Amino acid sequence: MHALEKILARASGKERVSAGEIVMADVDVAEVNDLYYQVVKSFYELGGTEIAFPERANFVFDHYSPASTIGAAENHRKFREFCREMGVGNLFDIGDGVCHQVLMESGAVGPGKIVVETDSHTTTLGSLGAFATGVGSTDMALILITGKLWFKFPRVINIVLEGTLGEGVMAKDVILHVIGRLRQDAAIYKAVEFSGSTVRDMPQEERMVLCNMAVEMGAKTAYIEPDDVTHDYIARYGWKKGEVLTTDKDFEYDSVHKFDVSGLKPQAALPGSVDNVSDIPSEDIAIDQVFLGTCTGGRLNDLRMAAEILEGRQVAKGTRFVVIPSSRIVFQDALKAGYVETLINAGAVFSTPGCGPCLGAHEGVMASGEKCATTSSRNFPGRMGSTEADIYIVSPATAAATAIKGYLCGADSL
Amino acid sequence: MDVIKGKLFIFGNNIDTDQIYPGRFIEITDHKEIAKHAMAGVDPSFASTVKPGDIVVGGTNFGCGSSREHAVIALKNARVGAVVAKSFARIFFRNAVNQGLIVIEAPNLDELDLKAGEEAELDVVNGEFAAGGGKISFPPLPENVLSIIKAGGIFSLFREKGVKAFG
Repeated sequence: MHALEKILARASGKERVSAGEIVMADVDVAEVNDLYYQVVKSFYELGGTEIAFPERANFVFDHYSPASTIGAAENHRKFREFCREMGVGNLFDIGDGVCHQVLMESGAVGPGKIVVETDSHTTTLGSLGAFATGVGSTDMALILITGKLWFKFPRVINIVLEGTLGEGVMAKDVILHVIGRLRQDAAIYKAVEFSGSTVRDMPQEERMVLCNMAVEMGAKTAYIEPDDVTHDYIARYGWKKGEVLTTDKDFEYDSVHKFDVSGLKPQAALPGSVDNVSDIPSEDIAIDQVFLGTCTGGRLNDLRMAAEILEGRQVAKGTRFVVIPSSRIVFQDALKAGYVETLINAGAVFSTPGCGPCLGAHEGVMASGEKCATTSSRNFPGRMGSTEADIYIVSPATAAATAIKGYLCGADSL
Repeated sequence: MDVIKGKLFIFGNNIDTDQIYPGRFIEITDHKEIAKHAMAGVDPSFASTVKPGDIVVGGTNFGCGSSREHAVIALKNARVGAVVAKSFARIFFRNAVNQGLIVIEAPNLDELDLKAGEEAELDVVNGEFAAGGGKISFPPLPENVLSIIKAGGIFSLFREKGVKAFG
């Protein structure tokens, strides 16, 4: 069995599960974000009166936080009232950060946990060895009422990454390259595991980027086998190491895709589609706004990379550089390390920890005809505002280099 | 709802939930209001021209991207009869079942010569889709899924039967 199958079997009281099987599993950690007041509407429509496990239910205000409109403010108010009525203590209010980061920092997520959130990028937490997946509002309401959810166990794709990354090349470049090759529907209904020497050499925050972006290939969940890097990282947030379920040697993957990433250059997903990936185009593409942030690219490692590149330099005239740490803790860590001062001196604009302009709700949405280079995960038409804006998805290193030059370029070109 | 007749609205591959329901409308919670913005990211005239029972056709990976249930709620409350696609993103598919929107996976859609605006007939129970002068078969939805959709979503079934509602 795969480690993910063992996790799901344990949570559903079975000896074993296999691909295609539907099981009703206990959910360990549930999270609702502020976009989805529909969760509360569905909760009542389903006849809900109380939450099965208020201590394991989390509400995070991250997608439009602080409230950007009266409508968003009303949703926040109603959520706060709901949490009060239901005895939910884990309400992460404005400025605490993006849900996946906040849950990890709360110490509730680690190897073997079943984590379900109302956000597609929940796959991020598979990088900690959890079974982590996103659902819609009504599925989440069912979890709040019953503590359980049905899952159809997916087949598992193994993506093996070998080789040493070059200077200024990051996990984001690797995953864009992989998605560009395999395409954005390669993993529909499937789980994606990342393995190989490149993954083992990555710090935990880089591994999170791989699993985060797996959903852009359609993955139900993503997974990296936990090791000392994982455990050292989450120990800081209070996680105590317990039994770690591992994949059997004879497990048969749905498919195995091997990539040699040594020599990989900085990558970009060109406007319109996440799988439209190439090396950074050689022509000068003037960038109006650079965005460093989100659950994909706003962690300490990302801010560190940007600060090292921007140290003693200035953001180009005519280019805006918006920086949003993925959580309050990341913000505080970056302050202590001096990264915030470096970035502000260079001309960066900081905003409240959360999702920022990634989904086009606030804090730097794009106008028609403008171009954005972003460390976030999506470049669908209209994702960050106007459908006439062009979005280039890049790594934090490329974002920083682009902010300096004012046109799209990798850190290797500075 | 066993047989659905309506006009075709045709979209391509990888129609994401930002195109089905753009982020700028996401704070809206009233379902009738949500319906006014269905497909606004890809076809701003859709919500004002779609008629009850009309059929939305997509390519592969329909409903990818964000987990927002608004996307399904918008289509259902715009009175779309069904969405037929070569494949669906999984969260969209689950949301559709929970909300009672018919979603049909037909990998062989290319065998039909589909044209936007033409009438089509979808036999949900027997797994047949007739359009453009041709007809294809698709695997009908499993019994338990169909019973949830027929009940208009999971809500009344769950109130009645609890977790047994999932079959």
